[in-house]
Amino acid sequence: MKIKKNIAVSENGFLFDPNSGESYSLNKTGQLIVKLISEGKTESEIIEVVKEKYEVETTSLQRYLDDFIMMLQQMNLLEKEED
Amino acid sequence: MKLTIAVTGLNNTDNPGPGIPVIRGIRESEHIEARIIGLAYENLEPGVYMPNMIDKTYMIPYPSSGTEAYLERIEEIHQKDPIDLIIPNLDAELYTFMKAEPRLRELGIKTFLPTQEQFEERHKANLDAFGKKYDIKVPKSITLTSHGDIQKIKDHFDYPVLVKGKFYDAYIAYNSDQVANHFNKISAKWGLPIIIQEFIKGTEVNVVALGDGQGNTIAAVPMRKLFITDKGKAWSGITLNDEEMIRITNDLIERTKWRGGMELEMIKTNKNEYYMIEINPRIPAWVYLAVGAGQNIPEALVKLAIGEKVEPYTNYQIGKMFIRYSWDLLGDIQEFEQLSIFGEIEK
Repeated sequence: MKIKKNIAVSENGFLFDPNSGESYSLNKTGQLIVKLISEGKTESEIIEVVKEKYEVETTSLQRYLDDFIMMLQQMNLLEKEED
Repeated sequence: MKLTIAVTGLNNTDNPGPGIPVIRGIRESEHIEARIIGLAYENLEPGVYMPNMIDKTYMIPYPSSGTEAYLERIEEIHQKDPIDLIIPNLDAELYTFMKAEPRLRELGIKTFLPTQEQFEERHKANLDAFGKKYDIKVPKSITLTSHGDIQKIKDHFDYPVLVKGKFYDAYIAYNSDQVANHFNKISAKWGLPIIIQEFIKGTEVNVVALGDGQGNTIAAVPMRKLFITDKGKAWSGITLNDEEMIRITNDLIERTKWRGGMELEMIKTNKNEYYMIEINPRIPAWVYLAVGAGQNIPEALVKLAIGEKVEPYTNYQIGKMFIRYSWDLLGDIQEFEQLSIFGEIEK
């Protein structure tokens, strides 16, 4: 899982996709997850990091993370996975 | 270099003409010292009254009043105030200028327009054949020349469809009653034929480009509209990093040997396919975004028109945005009187 190369994320959590011209505002959690994805972390590693920072159950977090990743995919912000 | 450049399309309203953005580009050029002549159709075209844009405005008749009357007026202006170059910016006047090119050239007035063949083959009504000839995906379309033709639509299309005028206007229709309604409205305003186009779902994206007439792309900047007015005009837009749009543009200009400014309107589908929905044979009103992003298309067009060699632009700033705004310009009745009575005004 990788964020597309040309996607720019500012320190304020403003994400700009220069290919589509769309821009998005990320909240703190979203910012953290996008940063972890950019660093090449796996889903389970992301869950570990987020759990350390926030008080949240693993099952709920897994569900939220799946939703978030699916949203990134729908918005065409992730590189296509190679089989 | 000093040049007198005449520009049309000064209706800087919520349906803006490209005149003022073209003038802004020329004014910002470090190489061109321009005296700008505005050619206005109406005495309330805002561009006429805007500060630091036009040096002198002349009223001209509408092209629909006849080519002869139109060109006689241009010649009359040229005798008083010699023009080096005319940049026509409105669809409805382009044909007149293209046809008059030899006559204008004889008078010493240059233009930099597409050829009549280029102009005709990219016409909305000919888009199907154009797509086939140049290997470009285009939505399926048919032309309607009478009300009775509306019945033909169901043999070719599923609803919704787009109903388009020859020059302007496009509406979406979900059934034949709506088509009939739009048909009447558009044909009353712009005449026939009416074009029925397949509705392609996706995001509309645009390119402003300039071809040198030899097959080279001198400039090309892709943009997406961020805010659209109820007339379908961009009120805000942003430059994109889209290599495929640039490739399609370069390929089209190379194969057609396009001369002059152009605007490509495409739909990008969710599957990343690009459908060409319209090719406007002139600079669009949002050209100043390209100037701001690093490609001064009006300046390059002027240089090409006077025969200077122009190096193609290869870069532009991605993520450059424009937002239009309205502004109440105050003037005195004397200015309006001057233009109304004498048909000209010096700023």
